[in-house]
Amino acid sequence: MRGAKSATWIAGAIAIALSATACGGSSGGSGAQAGFVRANWGDPQNPLEPANTNEVLGGKVLDQIFMNLKEYDPKTGEAKNAAAESIETTDAQNFTIKIKKGLKFSNGEALTAKSFVDAWNYAALATNKQKNSYFFSDIEGYDKTSPEDGKPTAQTLSGLKVVDDTTFTVKLSKKFGTWPVRLGYKAFAPLPKLFFDKHEEYLKKPVGNGPYAVESYERGKLMKLVPNEHYAGQHKPKNKGVLLQVFTDSNAAYAALQAGNLDVDDDIPAEQIKNAKNDLKGNYFTQPAGIYQAVTFPFYKPEWNKPGMEKVRKGISMAIDRKSITEKIYNGTRTPMVDLTAPVLGEANGYDKNMCGDVCTYNPTEAKKLIQEGGGIPGGKLTISYNADKDSHKQWADAACNSINQVLGDDKACVGNPVGTFGDFRNQITKGEMNGPFRAGWQMDYPHIENFLTPLYATGASSNDGKWSNKEFDKLMDDAAAETDIKKATEIYKQAEKLVIQDAVNIPLFYQNGTVGWSEKVSDVALNPFSVPVFSDIQVKS
Amino acid sequence: MGRYVIRRLLQMVPVFIGTTFLIFVMVYAIGDPIAAMFGDRTPDPATAAAIRESLHLNDPLWSQYLQYMAGIFQGDFGTSFNGTPVVELMGNAFPNTIQLTLVAFAIELVVGLTLGVIAGLRRGRLVDTGVLIFTLLVISIPTFVTGYVLQYFIGVKLGWAAPAVSIDVTLDQLLLPGIVLAGVSLAYVSRLTRTSIAENLRSDYIRTATAKGLPRRRVVTVHLMRNSLIPVVTFLGTDIGGLMAGAVVTERIFNIQGVGYQLYQGILRQNSPTVVGFVTILVVVFLAANLLVDLLYAVLDPRIRYA
Repeated sequence: MRGAKSATWIAGAIAIALSATACGGSSGGSGAQAGFVRANWGDPQNPLEPANTNEVLGGKVLDQIFMNLKEYDPKTGEAKNAAAESIETTDAQNFTIKIKKGLKFSNGEALTAKSFVDAWNYAALATNKQKNSYFFSDIEGYDKTSPEDGKPTAQTLSGLKVVDDTTFTVKLSKKFGTWPVRLGYKAFAPLPKLFFDKHEEYLKKPVGNGPYAVESYERGKLMKLVPNEHYAGQHKPKNKGVLLQVFTDSNAAYAALQAGNLDVDDDIPAEQIKNAKNDLKGNYFTQPAGIYQAVTFPFYKPEWNKPGMEKVRKGISMAIDRKSITEKIYNGTRTPMVDLTAPVLGEANGYDKNMCGDVCTYNPTEAKKLIQEGGGIPGGKLTISYNADKDSHKQWADAACNSINQVLGDDKACVGNPVGTFGDFRNQITKGEMNGPFRAGWQMDYPHIENFLTPLYATGASSNDGKWSNKEFDKLMDDAAAETDIKKATEIYKQAEKLVIQDAVNIPLFYQNGTVGWSEKVSDVALNPFSVPVFSDIQVKS
Repeated sequence: MGRYVIRRLLQMVPVFIGTTFLIFVMVYAIGDPIAAMFGDRTPDPATAAAIRESLHLNDPLWSQYLQYMAGIFQGDFGTSFNGTPVVELMGNAFPNTIQLTLVAFAIELVVGLTLGVIAGLRRGRLVDTGVLIFTLLVISIPTFVTGYVLQYFIGVKLGWAAPAVSIDVTLDQLLLPGIVLAGVSLAYVSRLTRTSIAENLRSDYIRTATAKGLPRRRVVTVHLMRNSLIPVVTFLGTDIGGLMAGAVVTERIFNIQGVGYQLYQGILRQNSPTVVGFVTILVVVFLAANLLVDLLYAVLDPRIRYA
């Protein structure tokens, strides 16, 4: 009988546990509030600090809750003054920035020149561990706040000075005429006192100066944005607010969208793209984004850098049938590259559809000839390395190899080389351990050609993964930087871009598209140059 | 019984230390997590150095492990890379996963046992063959296939259930994911039960019970079931841990922010504190479930005694 008695106890315990969870589960329904836009979101990878957010999920929130000195036009990508009244310079090195009068944060605190200067100083100080700190490396004094070795010797940037409540000056360490264009990037956002005084409180409920204010934030689950009553900019929200809901998977979000439990989904799973237009009854569109995939070469390996290899590199580029790959694998959600920037920039910011020309055009006979003239592929075998853990790079890497193999008439000439994790892949790159070509994608920080060149090809730049170096290119970049007129500067940047293409530093593959689908409850959905939905314009049908 | 439990609890200590150390080493052996944090960019040396220092990455591995374990015993599981304490993540994730596990477990228990008992009692008949074919089907279809198919037809097309569980998880929404999660285990439970029942049906004590004139109901529920359940309970016990850890696929498909999802995301983002923390708790769950199973043996079979 002893056994039977303990059995009752165990059964009792299970019953209690079940009923306890049942009680816990029944509280509260899903937050379907009238007038709100329910949008797909994912858990940000970093704390929601502007200078610490370098990926799209955090960026999506910061775009809504911060207004920078500049902002990018959703249609043309042009950098326009937002919080700034004027940004002036006479020598491309010293800038005087005036901000608009009477600006406020969403908690009512006055926004002054100091709000910017304090925020930028915080970002530049190494001990604050802000991942976007290098954006401030052009400002004088960065070598003291974030020295390459040892502890910081200064707490603030010597190049930043507050003049009065609405004016501050910036001194750069060298000339950089198009520097103000980057001020729309969220790392340059102003920060309220709360951020510095009660940091934990700020992280639980970030306070900014954008079109929306955070009303509540359940980390990892849901963020409720409501219109910011203190917002003084051009993009006053046309809805009652936005509910950013965290989904575990893009397929789950897509299912919720189809079932009417989600309004805006900007992460349509690749395998659903074919059906999206039908599934969503036309409430779907796709447009090229400021993201591309390319392949670059290890210039630190002599066999890839010796004279004649530029012909081989060019030949490899011409051996890839971009058009077939984008159509067959990606259903037209990627577009073959024709330059090294992105179409979202528009011609005013440096996009040029004739830039790449022959080098990006599939031409099997010419490709084979060039590769042979250049001395053939080093070692007779080509491997394209990529990280296998996300974004299914395997598909295009294998397809590109296939295309190359067909051109060379050798089905073992090129193979894909998957690297397990993104971290490992990046480690191999930064340590200079790549032996053959490898994936080199780029996602723009701000829509200007300069952002597509400096970080990627300048000698020693942070994303110059192939460690390519060219004096003529560096000289042109300096010339462009010394120019105060943005138009003229853009033209010089384009000359520099031409050099990169002539030397076939990388193989441009395709621009990635942003996609968005929406429910029948909302209208006026558009994507900005960063492929983030323009939430403030979305209207909710009652 | 008490001494036995204490002995088992003490045995858990080395197992716990061994497994957590292995996990710790494995997660940290994946590679330097710093490079991945900066996207397609070489980390700024000063910033990278500061992050490395704050995560104790410069210390030798054994020292990192000791610091980590010291933290755990003070209830501090570290902070995930986005600044959320791992304890907070656990507080959000475990209730969801436990609810899902209980739903799946209940389905598995009720449906699996019923099918198994019926098939076992009617061995060789049409019902038995039917159950065998059904379980074969369930076992051979991978979870993600059943998951997506049911999500599409029942959730999206027919609209009978929400295809994606909402932020505030409710039990009724967990029914569909529960069925998917329970599927494979359910098949095993019914097969185990069937074999065990069919075997014991021919044993002496059943014949005796029937011979002394007990009603068939009583023979089956008290004598037959109780003795046939030992292999099933063994399976069910380990399966609780398996369900909690193995919900990775199901949780992602149905948007349940539970343990599986956190683990998946932790691994994808090389978020070592999250991964080690969650796996550590899962180790404890496995150990506890195993102990519970061993204790249940004594309940089911009076011949088993622990001293």
